[in-house]
Amino acid sequence: MYRPGDSPVHRLPPHCKILAVLGFVLAVVATPREQMWAFAVYALLLAGAAAFAGVPYGHVARRVLIEVPFVGFAFLLPFLATGPRVEVLGLEVSQNGLWGAWNILAKGTLGVVASILLATTTEPRVLLLGVERLRVPPLLTQIATFMFRYGDVVVAEMRRMRTARAARGFEARDLRDARILGRSLGALFLRCFERGERVHLAMLSRGYDGRMPVLLRTDASGGQWAASAVLPATAAAVSLAAWMAQWTLL
Amino acid sequence: MDASLKVSGLAYAYPDGTQALFGVDVTIGRGERVALLGPNGAGKTTFVLHLNGILHGGAGTVRVGGMEVDPRDKKALREIRRRVGLVFQDPDDQLFMPTVREDVAFGPANLGVRGAELERRVAAALERVGMAHVADRAPQHLSFGQRRRVAVATVLAMEPEILVLDEPSSNLDPASRRELAEILSSLDVTVLMVTHDLPYAAQLCPRSLVLSGGVVVADGPTHELLADERLMAEHRLELPYGFVVPQRS
Repeated sequence: MYRPGDSPVHRLPPHCKILAVLGFVLAVVATPREQMWAFAVYALLLAGAAAFAGVPYGHVARRVLIEVPFVGFAFLLPFLATGPRVEVLGLEVSQNGLWGAWNILAKGTLGVVASILLATTTEPRVLLLGVERLRVPPLLTQIATFMFRYGDVVVAEMRRMRTARAARGFEARDLRDARILGRSLGALFLRCFERGERVHLAMLSRGYDGRMPVLLRTDASGGQWAASAVLPATAAAVSLAAWMAQWTLL
Repeated sequence: MDASLKVSGLAYAYPDGTQALFGVDVTIGRGERVALLGPNGAGKTTFVLHLNGILHGGAGTVRVGGMEVDPRDKKALREIRRRVGLVFQDPDDQLFMPTVREDVAFGPANLGVRGAELERRVAAALERVGMAHVADRAPQHLSFGQRRRVAVATVLAMEPEILVLDEPSSNLDPASRRELAEILSSLDVTVLMVTHDLPYAAQLCPRSLVLSGGVVVADGPTHELLADERLMAEHRLELPYGFVVPQRS
């Protein structure tokens, strides 16, 4: 996901960026769904941020597809929801459902795009440092750090096991083969567990006492805080304007 | 001067009752390079894990550089773990940080070393194993031989009294094996090398110990032990086909 670069956005401290994305998402979620123009402004804001960070739109567009399985339900809403019906393209659908679908789709997509921009401009391990700075319990960030380090090792082990199965003529054909795959998975779990114990021994041997030493400093200057506040502050202003428009409508 | 390592009467049984060590006595002088040989299941790993207090609870004492390993004394244990640099067999177990630099810094940072001194230690340790150019790479992107060398650097950075290596030559191709041997023989630190690789022991260690059935059954010049066919056969130690023990003067 990470795309190396040297834009001002890349250089911002990770915890500032995390808070900025969080603030932006909160502002978006709080916006009344009927004010469609506000969502257009949010999209423009993100497009501006992407351009500023030198992230190509194609890079973001391909990764947005990850949300598809999650918003699939939104497409059913217009058909399932109750209330007054309207006709769209010859189909009679629920008006409430239509608004609901738009709400999920628009807010979900904006949130996903904002997160993608964060992940594209911040190295995973730096991102974890940022999370740690924000006082997330170190145990959680350590688990994530180890997942990041050992993901490849576990996948390689799984691949070797699959090759070894295939070399002895195994081919998963139907559900009955699930038993064998299950056994392999069990063996893989045991191996990971044993590796975990060995890694722990290696850590103890080098003086580990439950806390990871902090090796990289990620301090933020006032200017950096101000720069990272631009996106969420603008979004908050838009959200407020949307609410005012909503009230005058009522 | 104190010996680097002095083990007396060390005995240990696992919680399930399996006795692994039956009174081991070993003394290793400062600057010596010693091989610990023995068949599978001889208790080699159990022995090694006693050296820095990870396993304990049986009889006997372990002294590192004159300091006794006391698992109840947390502060002393930290100093013991600085003095005993354990290099595990699988470098993927040893290297767990996101980058090589952070991994080498892990040990000394746990000892409270910070700032410029930490950087100096990391650079020096990587320099000694010829791996300074990979400092910012992720361990999983290095070759196996490189990872093994970085694993050695991670304990060198703690400036240990004794370097303990578990099967240092396993899974290395001949070139990496030779390069590691050159690095190990260039270090001016006490080395205890646990291995099945008898030619490697003959090449690197003037002295060897044979651990079998939980006791030290032989202790002497490596080439003499390897030439003793009866001893070798009794303890399931075999030289590779075609290997002749070089005679030393």
